[in-house]
Amino acid sequence: MTASLVVPPAVLLIGGGLVLPLLQGWLRRVAILVLPLATLYLIWQVPDGIVLAVPFLDYTLALVKGDALSRLFATIFAVMALAGGLFALNQKRTVELSAAFCYAGGAIGVVFAGDLLTVFIFWEMMAIASTLVIWSAGPSARAAGLRYAVIHLLGGVLLMAGITGEIANTGSLAFGKMALDTVPRWLILAGFLVNAAAPPFSSWLPDAYVESSWSGMVFLSAFTTKTAVYVLLRGFPGAELLVYLGLFMVFYGIVYAILENDMRRILAYSIVNQVGFMVTGIGIGTEMALNGAAAHAFAHIIYKALLLMSAGSVLYMTGKRKCTDLGGLFRTMPLTTVCGIIGALSISAFPLTSGFISKSMISEAAGLAHLEVVWYLLAAASAGVFLHAGVKFPWFVFFQKDSGLRPPDPPWNMRAAMLFFAALCLGLGIAPGPLYAILPFAVHFEPYTAPHVVFQLQLLLFSGLAFFLMLGWLQRTLTITLDIDWLYRRLGVVLVRRLDRWVQTLRSGLAAAATHGARGGASWLHRHHGSDGILARTWPTGLMALWTTLILAAYLVLSYW
Amino acid sequence: MDDHWLVRATTIRRLWIAFAVVLVAVVLADLAIEHHPYFGLDGTFGFGAWFGFGSCVVMIVFAKALGAVLKRPDTYYDS
Repeated sequence: MTASLVVPPAVLLIGGGLVLPLLQGWLRRVAILVLPLATLYLIWQVPDGIVLAVPFLDYTLALVKGDALSRLFATIFAVMALAGGLFALNQKRTVELSAAFCYAGGAIGVVFAGDLLTVFIFWEMMAIASTLVIWSAGPSARAAGLRYAVIHLLGGVLLMAGITGEIANTGSLAFGKMALDTVPRWLILAGFLVNAAAPPFSSWLPDAYVESSWSGMVFLSAFTTKTAVYVLLRGFPGAELLVYLGLFMVFYGIVYAILENDMRRILAYSIVNQVGFMVTGIGIGTEMALNGAAAHAFAHIIYKALLLMSAGSVLYMTGKRKCTDLGGLFRTMPLTTVCGIIGALSISAFPLTSGFISKSMISEAAGLAHLEVVWYLLAAASAGVFLHAGVKFPWFVFFQKDSGLRPPDPPWNMRAAMLFFAALCLGLGIAPGPLYAILPFAVHFEPYTAPHVVFQLQLLLFSGLAFFLMLGWLQRTLTITLDIDWLYRRLGVVLVRRLDRWVQTLRSGLAAAATHGARGGASWLHRHHGSDGILARTWPTGLMALWTTLILAAYLVLSYW
Repeated sequence: MDDHWLVRATTIRRLWIAFAVVLVAVVLADLAIEHHPYFGLDGTFGFGAWFGFGSCVVMIVFAKALGAVLKRPDTYYDS
């Protein structure tokens, strides 16, 4: 393969996404399925090293640079585009899938980017495309989409400021492992963390994603946060700060998901939770931890998309999204229920599912690195995942109570997409070899040892026991839980309104003072220059002759003096 | 109207019994296998069971307490 023959995989998917609105009928359906497959083929044609570079100003942009980590992430992004496209075949809004393919293409562009500026270009493309995915859900998503766009543009500004600073400091665009020793590098890290939904910017994710359509959120769950995981893996492996941020995200996701009533927002919080596991792994920074984070991102995209396809099917068939309105759907949606349960078991890292063979690498790495507190917290969090997603999601949506709803399973393409990803969840869990083979480092890890399997079963099953014993405490109510976004969704609004009132008062006060002053001035002028004013009065001619005589007389007298 | 076999009281009782048997079995499995603890506490009998249960109870109680302060009606931002 010579460099000139390489077609950037991102370009195919983005170009395809832009052409998609022009196609109709079967041609459109075929294109939706063929484009990701062709992209997948191109991804595996990218060899190691820089394969496509273009000059830009005084620099050279490495548009396509391959290695194992790039290909791993690009592969799962393309597979996600394929399954998401299949699931969304009957989405009426054309713009959504076009935007979703550009979004996926942007993500693939980032993971093949060989320099910081190329990362930035595709990063911003993702921000725009993902905002369009949210907006395509209609007017109800407008405000949330705008908030989403503002946060991501802010992240983009941080990133750009960092990149320009980095270029000024080092003269290089290179994107590799960076020590956190300069301000620009901290800014780059901050820009990455905004997209990872790290604190204090975690709330944009549950705020915006749930307003997307039944198919939109399937795409949204995959690309933004996982691209952030990729760039953190590439740029900041072993940064200790990430351990603490990751652990915070893990528990933030659990606690907020426990309190949540919207079925898709439960899953949104659990995205933050799962990305927390990955960020912790990146912070630990050993080869096993980094392998674990990468493998977990790969597995996570599949089971999270599966969970959201299951929730999306419920939303598509019932139009309802709150746990309080749902329940008992297992009767008429058996396939959706089973696929949802497989996704829920995978996210909980149940043995024989994909989560088990990936997440346990991160815990094992913490143990081997003698990070005692981290290890215990990760174990507690694993139990917590089963609690908030593994049991809670299927229980409240498909069992719980009889809501009286009797919707059938969704159309064939949605069922096929769910079966595809459910099979992958189980397949990777039963035979992790193919995934381990494409990880960035050689894998020296055996997930299926008797002590490990028994430990995990104890952890999860007793977590399930806690759930059912404390069910009374977990009943859903028609509530939301305030988050950091309260600052700009409520406090900011109140402050702006108050400021507006002050400005209004000040303005009307100034206007009154000005009017008063103008009136006073006008009447003063009128008094002196008005028709009866002393300066405008007409005087008799005799008086003028008298004054002239007097002045002349005075002049005469003075001249003799 | 709800007569699905899965939601009958007898089924639910049987499910609980089966669940209890499985729970006991996975704890007793600790007798048969040798754990390789990293630290110390993680080598105690039935560690996964009591630690998993305990941490879930703590998380639920913490969430409940947080909810008492931060919960609002879901129409909060609509107004």
